[in-house]
Amino acid sequence: MRKISRLSRFNIASLTLGLAFLYLPILILVIYSFNASRLVTVWGGWSLRWYQELFSDRAMIEAAWMSLRVAISSATIATLLGTLAAVALSRGERFRGRTLFSGMLYAPLVMPEVIAGLSLLLLFVALNAERGFWTVTIAHTTLTMCFVAVVVQSRLGSLDRSLEEAAMDLGCDPVRAFLAVTLPLIVPAIVAGWMLAFTLSLDDLVIASFTTGPGSATLPIRIYSEVRLGVKPEINAICTLVIGLIAVVIVIASLASKLSSSQGESAAPL
Amino acid sequence: MTDKLPRTNATAKAARGDAHPAAGEPLLRIEGVAKTFGTFRAVDGVSLDIKAGEFFALLGPSGCGKTTLLRMLAGFEAPDEGRILLGGKDIAQALPHERPINMMFQNYALFPHLAVRDNIAFGLKRAGMARGEIATRVAEMVALVKLEGLEKRKPDQLSGGQRQRVALARALARRPQLLLLDEPLAALDKKLRENTQGELMELQRRLGMTFIIVTHDQEEAMTMASRIGVMRDGKLAQVASPRELYEAPHSRWIAEFVGDVNLFDGEFKLRDGHQLVIATQGAGTLVVAEPRERVGESHLSVAIRPEKVKLSRRGPVGEIGHAVAINSLDGVIADICYLGGTTTYKVKLDAGGMMQAAVANSARLDIDAYSLNQHVVAWFTPDDCVVLPS
Amino acid sequence: MSARRIFARPARLAAIMPYVWMVLFFLVPFGFVLKISLSQTAIAQPPYEPVFDLTQGWEALKAAFAALSVDNFRLLASDDIYMFAYVRSLTVAVTATALLLLIGYPIAYGMARLPTRWQAVAMVLVIVPFWTSFLIRIYAWINILQHDGLLNQILLALHLVSQPVVWLSTDSAMYIGIVYSYLPFMILPLYATLAKMEPVLEEAASDLGAPPWQVFWLVTFPLSLPGVGAGVLLCFIPIVGEFVIPDLLAGSNSLMIGQTLWLEFFTNKDWPVASAAAIVLLVVLLAPLLLYERLQKRQLEQGR
Repeated sequence: MRKISRLSRFNIASLTLGLAFLYLPILILVIYSFNASRLVTVWGGWSLRWYQELFSDRAMIEAAWMSLRVAISSATIATLLGTLAAVALSRGERFRGRTLFSGMLYAPLVMPEVIAGLSLLLLFVALNAERGFWTVTIAHTTLTMCFVAVVVQSRLGSLDRSLEEAAMDLGCDPVRAFLAVTLPLIVPAIVAGWMLAFTLSLDDLVIASFTTGPGSATLPIRIYSEVRLGVKPEINAICTLVIGLIAVVIVIASLASKLSSSQGESAAPL
Repeated sequence: MTDKLPRTNATAKAARGDAHPAAGEPLLRIEGVAKTFGTFRAVDGVSLDIKAGEFFALLGPSGCGKTTLLRMLAGFEAPDEGRILLGGKDIAQALPHERPINMMFQNYALFPHLAVRDNIAFGLKRAGMARGEIATRVAEMVALVKLEGLEKRKPDQLSGGQRQRVALARALARRPQLLLLDEPLAALDKKLRENTQGELMELQRRLGMTFIIVTHDQEEAMTMASRIGVMRDGKLAQVASPRELYEAPHSRWIAEFVGDVNLFDGEFKLRDGHQLVIATQGAGTLVVAEPRERVGESHLSVAIRPEKVKLSRRGPVGEIGHAVAINSLDGVIADICYLGGTTTYKVKLDAGGMMQAAVANSARLDIDAYSLNQHVVAWFTPDDCVVLPS
Repeated sequence: MSARRIFARPARLAAIMPYVWMVLFFLVPFGFVLKISLSQTAIAQPPYEPVFDLTQGWEALKAAFAALSVDNFRLLASDDIYMFAYVRSLTVAVTATALLLLIGYPIAYGMARLPTRWQAVAMVLVIVPFWTSFLIRIYAWINILQHDGLLNQILLALHLVSQPVVWLSTDSAMYIGIVYSYLPFMILPLYATLAKMEPVLEEAASDLGAPPWQVFWLVTFPLSLPGVGAGVLLCFIPIVGEFVIPDLLAGSNSLMIGQTLWLEFFTNKDWPVASAAAIVLLVVLLAPLLLYERLQKRQLEQGR
């Protein structure tokens, strides 16, 4: 039983300021995307003008489509591989090469993206692979499966192991015990993992820049090259759309996890 | 994995009567079973027979190996040494799902994503039972543990007592030859625990099933079990009926572990017919009944349960008193502890020791009660004493 | 053989696919980085001279090993630009991490003191910005910090300044961007340890006569050190290699390693030097990386 909070004024102030700091810039960006005026200084009234211009920008649309395809496919593969890795690490006890395996899974979580991007590019060049959709997808899968593994592993770790024992006691072999009891209970974490992988992939600039080829830019690459040239209202519009898309993904995923988990334990997305 | 049991793909196989031992044979025979974790010998050469229809309790302090032994019966651990025979077949290396044994887990381990009904049906589905049959069996189980109307609830919508019943129903549904219960009542509060103890005993009698319960609560073991195995440091210290365990413990440790006891160390002096005379430290010379098994050493301990010690203002008089050679000791009341049904007096004996006496409060008014520093005589018969190697 | 061991056998099989994948796309590429960092620069496509080719047999391989050169590393060590870049990366990372700790701690502490129901809400509120795109968040700040951006307008309107301040392309802008982007990474581990702490400990401390600041300094803070460690590493390591934020928000007169690497690679097309820079970056980060990995593992294993 936690006693009712002892919030001091200092606590309230730091919370308010902290959340304002986190949200205001995004809010301002969204508002400006509806500004009729081209100048940031001038508020020209509400307008969807920049969205119209955005939709006539073929290069931008193509980049967005490419990003979406990469994000969906890499997140799906990463969720599969990451879940398998999490199962092996949390239920496999000791096995040969375990240290190397877990090392390889933890390192990309914090490793600078420039290094990951560079190393994968060198591999693709050496393999003489044509760079584009598949190379970016592979690169993103490699990075994001580690995040999936961590999310799923922490859920598996907090799961009461006597549930699996009970399933075996009631006649399941280990594989069936996993499918009938463990898997349904970690679905929220798997969904959260997919979601995390999806947004990380949609977000990535550095690794995609290294591993993609000419003519197949992803959305962040497009945005980046535009942003370097200065602020453009269309960028506000595309950013607002991306924020909207991610908000929808979050809502769907949290609804899904609420439906599938009776315990109301949400798997932390980090 | 020698001698694999046939898969229990039909509950009919796991049903009572199937693979039953020959007459006179125990249902379960544990032979020299040992289990080591690292350098720690959790279970150290345990042998035990359990007959069909018994309610057996494994009792012991935490870390004594009782849970490890139970987990070996369920198949979650495999013994390093020894055999576990169920109906004559060695199942020591069989996997949990290959054994006609079910377990009720300490924290129940109910599947949180499944409704009560599906939790109970879980093992039946695994056994490949027909759908209609499953429904009948689940309904039967729900009625058995009185959970009607809660079939569609999820475990987190149930009270502690209800969860305990679901766990029981789930473990019983497959009609195992042997039901293991790991501290089944530990999570319930006292009143509920007492009621549930009665229900469990009733159920076991009605189904004629064999139950093995693990508990650290001696009162629970005494109440429910027909036989108790006390474990200490991985070994079985004594296997006996509750009464025997309490009245004729094998060792000082058991005498102290099960209930309260007054213990006096002493030296064997002489034999007088069927009685021994022992000079004790703290309680003077005591006359005790000769134990069934002869005690070889001369260093002995005399154990007397507090409720066997009677108190009176003056020494016991009359023929009866003399006839049974009463031990009577003078002393002063040093402490009084009122417990409702009984009062425990601590008597400082003139001989130096301290003696506890539990006196039933048979009258509502305390005319007979003793007061602090009052002089009393504590007395008991030789038959009330147990002689133990010290 | 215990229940866990029974379960472990099929679980281990699950490792095969991800294992092969990680060896192929994580470990092997590192081999390539190492190899190319030891190669000669060449004006070609790909712009480096292969150092060895397994198809040419043992003799060629031996010759190739003899030809391996540490020239690229010598270049990195001798050229001031690179030394400056490393020093700057570390300074920026240390400063930014300190700022993050100072700003993140009060927020995490405030969250941990909220009533339990509101704690979950606050956590979601902190995580959600993390889900919105990294690039977009930087871009949002460009909107605010540019010459005629919102910040200057407000400052002018309040008469705090008489003419627009240059924010973009300064270190201040970069620090704002870094703190903004990494704040959730600092808050979450801090909050996790602070929320787990028993409130009775603080109550016991004040019961024993400690005034509030001592309660915090002698009990709360020492107990939150694991969270501080996790937060600091989680921010420090990626900031050292950061590319996008300094590139978009800081000036171009002093670069961080990430930027140097990018420049060598994309602009100068000097792959061997870029690879050498990557190796050095990794070596610099090896100690904090290992520390983080151990921390992460311990945390996960505690959950079992």
